[in-house]
Amino acid sequence: MPPPADVGGGIAASAVRVPPLLFKRDRPRIADRIFGAGVSMMGAIVLVVIAAMIVFLVLEGLPAMQHYGFFSFVTSSRWTPSTAFPNVTHPNPYGILQFIYGTMLTSIIGMIIAVPLAVGAALVITEIAPQRIKGPLSALVDLLAAVPSVVYGFWGIFALIPAIKPVVDFLTTTLGTVPVIGIAFQGPFFGVSYFSAALVLAIMVLPIIAAVCREVFRSTPRNEKEAALALGATKWEMIRIAVLPRARSGIVGASLLGLGRALGETIAVTMVIGNAVLHINSSIFSQGATMSSVIANEFTEATEPFHLSALFVVGFWLLIVALVVNVLARLVARRGVAL
Amino acid sequence: MTVEIESLLTHERSFWRRRRNVQGALTLLVGTSFLAACGSSSTPATSAPSATPTPVCTGTTANPGYTNGLPTVAGQATTLSGAGSTFVAPMMSVWTKAYATANSVQVAYQSVGSGAGIAQLQAETVDFGDSDAYMKDSDIALAKGGPVVQIPLVQAPVVVVYNLPGIASGLKFDGDTLGKIFSGGITTWDDPAIKALNPGITLPSTPIAVAHRSDGSGTTAIFTDFLTQTSPAWVTALGGSTTSVGKTVAWPVGIGGKGNDGVSAVVSQTAGGIGYVELDYAIAQHQTYADVKNKAGVFVEPCQQTAAAATVGITSYPSDLRVDIVNQSSNPQAYPITGLTWALVYQNQTKAATAAALVNFFSWVLTKGQDLTGSVNYTPLGPTLQALCIAQLKKITVNGTPVSP
Repeated sequence: MPPPADVGGGIAASAVRVPPLLFKRDRPRIADRIFGAGVSMMGAIVLVVIAAMIVFLVLEGLPAMQHYGFFSFVTSSRWTPSTAFPNVTHPNPYGILQFIYGTMLTSIIGMIIAVPLAVGAALVITEIAPQRIKGPLSALVDLLAAVPSVVYGFWGIFALIPAIKPVVDFLTTTLGTVPVIGIAFQGPFFGVSYFSAALVLAIMVLPIIAAVCREVFRSTPRNEKEAALALGATKWEMIRIAVLPRARSGIVGASLLGLGRALGETIAVTMVIGNAVLHINSSIFSQGATMSSVIANEFTEATEPFHLSALFVVGFWLLIVALVVNVLARLVARRGVAL
Repeated sequence: MTVEIESLLTHERSFWRRRRNVQGALTLLVGTSFLAACGSSSTPATSAPSATPTPVCTGTTANPGYTNGLPTVAGQATTLSGAGSTFVAPMMSVWTKAYATANSVQVAYQSVGSGAGIAQLQAETVDFGDSDAYMKDSDIALAKGGPVVQIPLVQAPVVVVYNLPGIASGLKFDGDTLGKIFSGGITTWDDPAIKALNPGITLPSTPIAVAHRSDGSGTTAIFTDFLTQTSPAWVTALGGSTTSVGKTVAWPVGIGGKGNDGVSAVVSQTAGGIGYVELDYAIAQHQTYADVKNKAGVFVEPCQQTAAAATVGITSYPSDLRVDIVNQSSNPQAYPITGLTWALVYQNQTKAATAAALVNFFSWVLTKGQDLTGSVNYTPLGPTLQALCIAQLKKITVNGTPVSP
């Protein structure tokens, strides 16, 4: 704790020191140039890294793409490295549609669960909770983001799955027997599944979305909130009138950040999704695989013909899917804001 | 020196026991419902109606005490690097520790998987590789350093583990039933085929949760080799006998776990689970495991003794020792799903010091090292095969001259 005298002195000192820096023109110009060059170099490095990554993925995946054809990977949903032979080009044993499906399905279910929860949590932190517990609550949400993903996977296997099993067993025996839609909810439920992965993803992306939403809600002008309250609005009406409309683009942006994490998440998903690579399983309670999980599982022993190269193709398409989803979501967000 | 090895052995045993305790505590902590059966004293669940072998899995196995090692080659390097099979990793860690104490040579072994071990040998980034499936001619063709000498080091059973609360070790399976379970033809535990093999045991109607490896694996190669030999249903489901066996296969059903421990975890976590792991992993996790029908028609419990019996009666081996011992012995005590792991060494070495260290190390592994196998539930090689392995070592040369004359 500095004594008050020092604080005063500090202010006085800075008040004295700042003007010379502004007026001495020669030195800042050189500093400006160094700063400008340095920053643009850092920016360029980011671009070069991204470009190099894409080039690398394409180059490494090229042997498999040339052998089997560019689009044959995304038109087949059967992954059987054991049936790959160096001189057979058709059918492509490295179909990846089921991985794209797994990645999308787990991310979408995860987002459906996480976004309302995160918005709710952020509202509680900024508007509803008493002042005294706002701080700790906010810190707790941030803490969730600091948990390593392997711990989430571990927790998913040993705590989450046993906890949800009775509920899911009930769903498979009720919803699962309904004609037509039942096909998506069929049992038996062995624990590891698309759904378990989606739940773990939801909890992993929750803190990211909640933290961004919290900052967005905090930036609502105080006078608008007070105006709403002064006109006799209840707390809910105030949030609906003053907070949420301004925050719409912020919420979408936060969700995009969360989605980005969900699409690429690897270890936690690999631990709870069941790693069934052969085909698309229709039920969300059955085992599957995502693009990142199959890479994590197979790259160490990818010894079949074109196996490693095909995994690079999976990586390439993961990048494409992430880019497409991002662009689409941005378009949706822009339209949403304009409305 | 014997004393040193003994003390090391005790240390090693307590290490493994500690690991078991930790895992047991963890299992208890997370409150899984599965009933831990004591792996070391597993007894058949009921009195079997017929063909019960005399219990061979009791007591301790006598150490083979091989003394036919090659004379120590002078001028050896003090470090060796190896990479490969995870199946042999617990054994390799016992060997490397004991060897470092006795001979001041550090052997660094990376447990990265058989496929990766072969790849690293091919790229000449390690001094030796290790694989549970021997290198095929097509693999050797890709090796930068020319011909490869393949030396079996140890044998071990792959056991069928299951998780059925209230049912102990010793459920009986034959190859065809296992093939149908692992290809999705049998989906519940009270299926007539399983009931017929296990009269007197009340099996639940729980759905079967098949667990298999999600990574490429020598353990998978050994297990699918057995299924391919014994189950026409398995071969049909997998589309023919060339695609139904290998380090990776197209599993029609089931949950993929990474590594032996991953499969173990899936089975422990899932009531109704069934999977296949190397024996030491099953014992470490206190899992219940099955008796499997062998070539003589007897249901045999997996253990060191029955795994040793798997090579009894095999008298002729190919000269390159690329031999398939899975389900080959007609000995009534043989556990059929027993496999070998091969050390992979370039025949023509370029550095004399490395070559000397390799020959000395593997000569030690094949003689004194075989006495250490019991501590981690592996099985020493039989005398016929062991003698051939020593002969195989003599093929290693440095720039054309044999390392051990």
